[in-house]
Amino acid sequence: MMRTYAGHSTAKASNELYRGNLAKGQTGLSVAFDLPTQTGYDPDDELSRGEVGKVGVPVVHRGDMATLMDGIPLGEMNTSMTINATAAWLLALYIVAAEEQDVAQEQLQGTTQNDIIKEFLARGTYAFPPAPSMRLIADMIAYTVEHVPKWNPINICSYHLQEAGATPVQEIAYAMSNAIAVLDAVRERVAEERMSDVFGRISFFVNAGVRFIEEHAKLRAMSILWEQLGRERYGVSDPRHLRFRYGVQVNSLGLTEAQPENNVQRIVLEALAVTLGRDARARAIQLPAWNEALGLPRPWDQQWSLRIQQVLAYETDILEYPDIFEGSKVMESLVAELLEGARAEMAVVAEHGGAVEAVPYMKGALVDSHRQRIERIESGDLTVVGQNRFVETAVSPLTADAEGGILVVDPAVEAQQIEAVRRWRSERDQTAVDAALSDLARVTGEESSQENLMIPTIAAARAGATTGEWSRTLREVFGSYRAPTGVGEASGVAASEDLRELRDQVAKLKEHLGRRPKILVGKPGLDGHSNGAEQIAVRARDSGMDVVYEGIRLTPAQIAASALQEGVHVIGLSILSGSHRELIPAVMKALGEAGVKAPVVVGGIIPDQDVAALQRAGVAAVYTPKDFDINRIMHDIVKLVSNGNGQVSSPNGAA
Amino acid sequence: MSTEGAALGVRLRERDLTAAPATLNLLESTTPADREQSAALLREVSPGALGGEAPGHVIGITGPPGAGKSTLLSALLHAWREQGRTVAMLAVDPSSRRSGGALLGDRARIDFDAADRGVLIRSTAAGERLGGLAWPTRAAAHALAAAFDVVVIETVGVGQAETEIVDVADTVVVVVQPGGGDALQFLKSGIMEIPDVLVVTKADLGQLATRTRRDLSAALRSLGSRSTPVLAVASLPPPQGVEELIAALEEHRTGTDLAGRRLRARRASALADYTHEHGDRGLRALGGRHAAGALLAEQDPGLDVPALVAALEQGADRSS
Repeated sequence: MMRTYAGHSTAKASNELYRGNLAKGQTGLSVAFDLPTQTGYDPDDELSRGEVGKVGVPVVHRGDMATLMDGIPLGEMNTSMTINATAAWLLALYIVAAEEQDVAQEQLQGTTQNDIIKEFLARGTYAFPPAPSMRLIADMIAYTVEHVPKWNPINICSYHLQEAGATPVQEIAYAMSNAIAVLDAVRERVAEERMSDVFGRISFFVNAGVRFIEEHAKLRAMSILWEQLGRERYGVSDPRHLRFRYGVQVNSLGLTEAQPENNVQRIVLEALAVTLGRDARARAIQLPAWNEALGLPRPWDQQWSLRIQQVLAYETDILEYPDIFEGSKVMESLVAELLEGARAEMAVVAEHGGAVEAVPYMKGALVDSHRQRIERIESGDLTVVGQNRFVETAVSPLTADAEGGILVVDPAVEAQQIEAVRRWRSERDQTAVDAALSDLARVTGEESSQENLMIPTIAAARAGATTGEWSRTLREVFGSYRAPTGVGEASGVAASEDLRELRDQVAKLKEHLGRRPKILVGKPGLDGHSNGAEQIAVRARDSGMDVVYEGIRLTPAQIAASALQEGVHVIGLSILSGSHRELIPAVMKALGEAGVKAPVVVGGIIPDQDVAALQRAGVAAVYTPKDFDINRIMHDIVKLVSNGNGQVSSPNGAA
Repeated sequence: MSTEGAALGVRLRERDLTAAPATLNLLESTTPADREQSAALLREVSPGALGGEAPGHVIGITGPPGAGKSTLLSALLHAWREQGRTVAMLAVDPSSRRSGGALLGDRARIDFDAADRGVLIRSTAAGERLGGLAWPTRAAAHALAAAFDVVVIETVGVGQAETEIVDVADTVVVVVQPGGGDALQFLKSGIMEIPDVLVVTKADLGQLATRTRRDLSAALRSLGSRSTPVLAVASLPPPQGVEELIAALEEHRTGTDLAGRRLRARRASALADYTHEHGDRGLRALGGRHAAGALLAEQDPGLDVPALVAALEQGADRSS
């Protein structure tokens, strides 16, 4: 199956995009939701600011879902939804949209990602604490196995773990441990004889990096472990249920902003990792666009990615042979090595009490692996062509046009969506919504209840409740949650010459300031991509600074309050979702109102043409993925604080 | 900022909460000019200048990692704010310093409204100085108690930590989770001093929480303490026992000779600071620890800690 991950702005605009892609030969849909939808906030929520329609489509109620799927026959379509914390809700909306098309839920085919553990570890779009999140997932699996039998209710993702720095061994071990946690939770909600079906419905979403031989071995190792797990832990014997089914999005972590055209050949090689050997071939492949490190891809960029798959499938002879690695000694020994490592790491997770309890441990381990990777790039130990080696380049015609080769979402979309949700709320049958939500609250509150949460969720979708209302109802019972940041557990870097010099500078700065230089690392908005922020936090500590890092999802007001109360000398903000245009000025304004005078630097996927605007808003420096040398950034920060004489805030407090 | 010390002290005395961030920045600074200003600031909020003890209730909260302190503090914070009380929280992060730097993540775990001007949270790293709370934390607690209704010092550990906190807090709370055997062992073996209030978290765990609470009560009785309340609290929704805890904190404060306790604490702090600065030789110059204590006892009870340290330094100069 071939599809591209797509969706943006509004349900209507995304519907047009999908119909266009289907006409071009795409055989399924892959829906990207915006961050408010993924984290359970309506467009008019304070936290949604700058994010509505940005990285995907906003779907707020059944009306939006109907528009999104308008003219697309849901009885025949295979739809993959990248949705996790709110997966139960979005599936409910999809079921209701199908009802409106006179399609029964039994006919629906597709996948909801629905993997919450990797959200705590890597992606950041969680909404509820771990234990209740697992209950929601277990209920949804129990429901679909019964009523939506062709649906893949969960897609265990090792993809994001590799993006967060996981080694192949970690990727295998954490994905399998995660699957165990889910299956164990479902086992408590369904009859034992159902477990074979449940096991058979679980699919995986993996990553493939550019070291494509080892990556292929990783997939073979995962199939072996999966089958073993099915047989030994869950008593599955049906070979169809034991098959390791997976989809792939190839690596984005290794894509570079520098000489972005090189990403095309990286993507091709990564696609080989998951297609070369038939015994471990992907069922569905998504390829990123060559310019993903620059911003949101345009239709043409996505077409290019689709064409890569089509050339592989229809021009090469890759699909004509049986497994070409069968009997290969090299492949066998690579697989054996990965299996051994993964089993050992799975045992460590089990000792922590399983994947849910081991979230802080795994998060720390990932931050540490990523730190090591960055150090190897910095030292030149790991070659990244065009970034730390072979960096000379002619002018690129691909990125030469004024917009820099990326799609920008119209900022008016957010205001329109806010207006639209308010209109929806005023026009619906409020009594029906209130009744549905109160029933949802009742079932949510009865932890030991055998009532499946999907039932009142579908009822609320039908009644016209919104994404934010559904989530709020659950949050009020489950409580709120902040995932561990992992930075406290990360070990220190080996002191290079460069780092020693940096520490000397920080020590001098400390003498000058009278107290240790203190930095606030902040992630405003709903963007959960915290790799960059984590690595800056760890390196700032290793340079000798005191670091305040609070994790993701902060409002401008929270960042301003932290900066003021903590008395920081400098503030580093990180945004990768493209919402810097709205959020950074909002943070600057909040800092100004709080009387904070500390300089601000920004890191993220910031197109060149946005840099000037951020500087006008008062930002002292902007860093993008091409600034891979973190020590360099630290040197800049030390200089910035020295030049500003360590001024932190107006002594009179709030202005 | 270095001319602002006295002015900041005056603002705190007038209960101007916006003076707090700059106060903390100043108190943490080690430059000689800032230290002078710090002394000026503390003088303005000394009992002498205030005409009595600072009105804020200084509460030390300590317990092992994972005991549920952050969730408990979030629940307490909400309850205090609902009563209209202002709260300053000094979170002392245990993370070991590597290469001097520290990662401070405590405030992230406290759930509060960022727009609320009646709440202040400041994180500091432990470990700059062995054998006690960092000087700035103690000074900050004294200073902020002039302006805030409640000042919380949060530290991590069971065993040693609360003996440090007792030098500055009016009320010491030890937090343990159900089944946490360390507190029980430390209590019985005398490693841990008897706290003013003991809290068993995660009361929603039922049986285990009840048993832990009973064991701790029994241990306290066998040590002869009948007054220390042992409370079970569930901070997760629906919260239980938070109001009872607030009542127990109030009761402890009203039942304590606050002026006496704080005076003892100031003298102990002064002696600790003096010893830290001048070492055993400094103590010998005063004729030993006992003589130093006697010298402190002669001082005006309205003096703040830096003034008491100065008195000790003068005493040493006279006898040398």
